[in-house]
Amino acid sequence: MAKATIKINRQYLKEIKEVCESFNYEKGQLINVLKKTQEKIGYLPAEVQMVIAEELKVPVAKVYGVVSFYSFFTMVPKGKYPISICLGTACYVRGAEGILQEVERQLGINPGETTPDGLFSLDCLRCIGACGLAPVIMIGEKVYPRVTPNKVKEILDEYRK
Amino acid sequence: MDMIKITIDGKVFEVEKGITVLEAARKNGIRIPTLCHMNLSGLRFVNKPASCRVCVVEIEGRRNLAPACATDVMDGMVIKTHSIRVLNARRTIIELLLSDHPKDCLVCMKSGNCELQDIAHEFGVREVRYDENCAMSTYRKDKSPSIIRDMDKCIMCRRCETMCNEIQTVGALSAVNRGFNSVVAPAFEQNLVDSACTFCGQCLAVCPVGALTEVDHTWNVIQAINDPKKVVLVQTAPAVRVALGEEFDMEPGTIVTGKMAAALRRLGFDYVFDTDFAADLTIMEEGSELLDRLQRFLGGDKTVKLPILTSCCPAWVNFFEYNFPDMLDVPSTARSPQQMFGPIAKTYFLEKLREKPEYKDLKREDMVVVSIMPCVAKKYECSRPELSYEGNPDVDYSLSTRELAAFIKRMNIDFNSLPEEDFDRPLGESTGAAVIFGASGGVIEAAVRTAYELLTKQQCPSVDFKQIRGLEGMREAIVPLPEGMPLKEIKIGIANGLANARKLLEAVQRGECDYQAIEVMACPGGCIGGAGQPYHHGDSSIIKKRQEAIYREDAGKPIRKSHENPYIQKLYEEFLIKPLGEKSHHLLHTHYFKKREKYEEVDD
Ligand code: SF4
Ligand code: SF4
Ligand code: SF4
Ligand code: FES
Repeated sequence: MAKATIKINRQYLKEIKEVCESFNYEKGQLINVLKKTQEKIGYLPAEVQMVIAEELKVPVAKVYGVVSFYSFFTMVPKGKYPISICLGTACYVRGAEGILQEVERQLGINPGETTPDGLFSLDCLRCIGACGLAPVIMIGEKVYPRVTPNKVKEILDEYRK
Repeated sequence: MDMIKITIDGKVFEVEKGITVLEAARKNGIRIPTLCHMNLSGLRFVNKPASCRVCVVEIEGRRNLAPACATDVMDGMVIKTHSIRVLNARRTIIELLLSDHPKDCLVCMKSGNCELQDIAHEFGVREVRYDENCAMSTYRKDKSPSIIRDMDKCIMCRRCETMCNEIQTVGALSAVNRGFNSVVAPAFEQNLVDSACTFCGQCLAVCPVGALTEVDHTWNVIQAINDPKKVVLVQTAPAVRVALGEEFDMEPGTIVTGKMAAALRRLGFDYVFDTDFAADLTIMEEGSELLDRLQRFLGGDKTVKLPILTSCCPAWVNFFEYNFPDMLDVPSTARSPQQMFGPIAKTYFLEKLREKPEYKDLKREDMVVVSIMPCVAKKYECSRPELSYEGNPDVDYSLSTRELAAFIKRMNIDFNSLPEEDFDRPLGESTGAAVIFGASGGVIEAAVRTAYELLTKQQCPSVDFKQIRGLEGMREAIVPLPEGMPLKEIKIGIANGLANARKLLEAVQRGECDYQAIEVMACPGGCIGGAGQPYHHGDSSIIKKRQEAIYREDAGKPIRKSHENPYIQKLYEEFLIKPLGEKSHHLLHTHYFKKREKYEEVDD
């Protein structure tokens, strides 16, 4: 049993306490507390999960159990340009998988990860409601319609300048 | 009780309303296989995720097969447990389980005790048709001083998680990730040593497969025994003698103290001693501490910490160090009996040995102390740096009851035909008070037998304080004191299972507790239910039988109060001088560490 000392950023701590407060420190609200905290901080690193565990008085293993189960939680900060690839049915049948592979190859990361320079992060989504434009990818708020694998490099290069 | 009629496999039975198909079947002699399900009703542990589906049965009028463990009986229900549909489904389910499971049964620690192996074998599965298509998980092994986690073998029954979270409220384990990657793990998939784990081992006591096992030190012990330079001593905990027989097909509750001593001698230990001796010593120290605190309290000292908490259980020590870091001055400072035995062996007994010509130059490092424990937390305890002297541990190796049984078999000893032998002296003499350490309530009963007499200077009216005994998780007992004492009675709290300990400690924290002493044992039922004992496979009546055996052994002892043990008296005369004295302080007491700090704010 190691002695655990948690170091937490002052600003993050303030945010976490506000979020927990807003949910009345209810254990049953763990998922919502995590969601809100991620919205505010951007991600859920280990120390943030430990503090949430401490505040809500739930075991940190449980907190991590929830974070690791749901794909919308992330333990790494999002890139400056978060890339989302739609794997909904329409996009999928029109070749989204190939696009995903090409993006992975170009950036050298898997879904859920961020490039070492912090520029891009990669995630997959289920249908973003733009089926008419399939297959689509999003970078930040910008939607790219009818993408093909050979367009991927060109699109990414826009952000690399 | 409302009774209803159901039909199982063509026979009509009358059963209670509200029970499950599984319970109804078992009560009527029909064995439906189960895997994830476990119900230790006597010990408050129930795990029913209904996830493995091994127990499926066909119910007339229902389209889908139903899990027997999670389906309630209904009046007129017609159930088939071995129709061709059920058999096909069950075979597929077992094969799918096996397809994602390593096939190294031959060298698996759980082999012969594995519930998955049993089910596959009983069902006669001879090939696994899904092998090719199924990914095999590949997790690293996580080895702590007590426990090995080999998550390749996990079948996600989540019994360990239920145990760790509900019965122990430690919360070290939780299901993490999804799909093929899902396992039960500590936070961030850390190693157990970095988590809140107390090493109580109760997770491995219920794990049906080889995913959780204890660290085995038998080979180290064999090497020490075969090293001509070493003098190897063994000590055996009270709970071992009432459980070891189970490993040799004896009835649960058979007392095998004499055969065990004979076996240990044949294994080649130079001295066969008893942890019970050290338990008597614990009572001298802990009982005196209780007395000291009581007397100071009665004298008006407001700083005295009452109730005193027992400290014999190392998992409990780990638990309060982590969960109650602000209360480290409340528990007794007395070491566990295992850790009282070590330093006495390596000082007092070493000096005695040096009087013999053949041992006149014997060094501490050449003395090896082995303990046989019902426990896996004791392994971790052996590795604590403060329980050593200049880098040499006070206790070198701790083996579980199961490891001892395997060791005896490995050395070609026919246990059942052994004669009854006795322990060696001086560290093998003990009283009935020491034996009962093995059952929940025993430590405090033993302490009361001694403290009562020291406090009142009168004999106890009876040594059997039956109000203290039991298997319930949380109990309270009152021991009246004779007229004229400044205190009318001693009020005692008892907890077994760490969830109950937590409840009691929280009450202490809130100042709601008027107990003078609290005994805590981490394992449900106390050490008789320890994680190093023969597997109970879900049958809690075994624990009950071990408990009865403990009190039978106590009743049969000529001396039943620790302070009357003549070898303990001699130890004080010759060496320790007095309880809580200078020597005791160094050798028999310990201190505790804060295992958790509140978070620290930093700027970046
Ligand atoms: S040993 Fe005890 S505390 Fe540790 S994980 Fe297992 S059940 Fe939890
Ligand atoms: S480790 Fe054992 S008890 Fe825990 S979920 Fe896996 S198989 Fe079940
Ligand atoms: S109750 Fe006994 S067996 Fe269980 S952890 Fe404590 S000392 Fe070990
Ligand atoms: S034993 Fe019934 S579903 Fe596992």
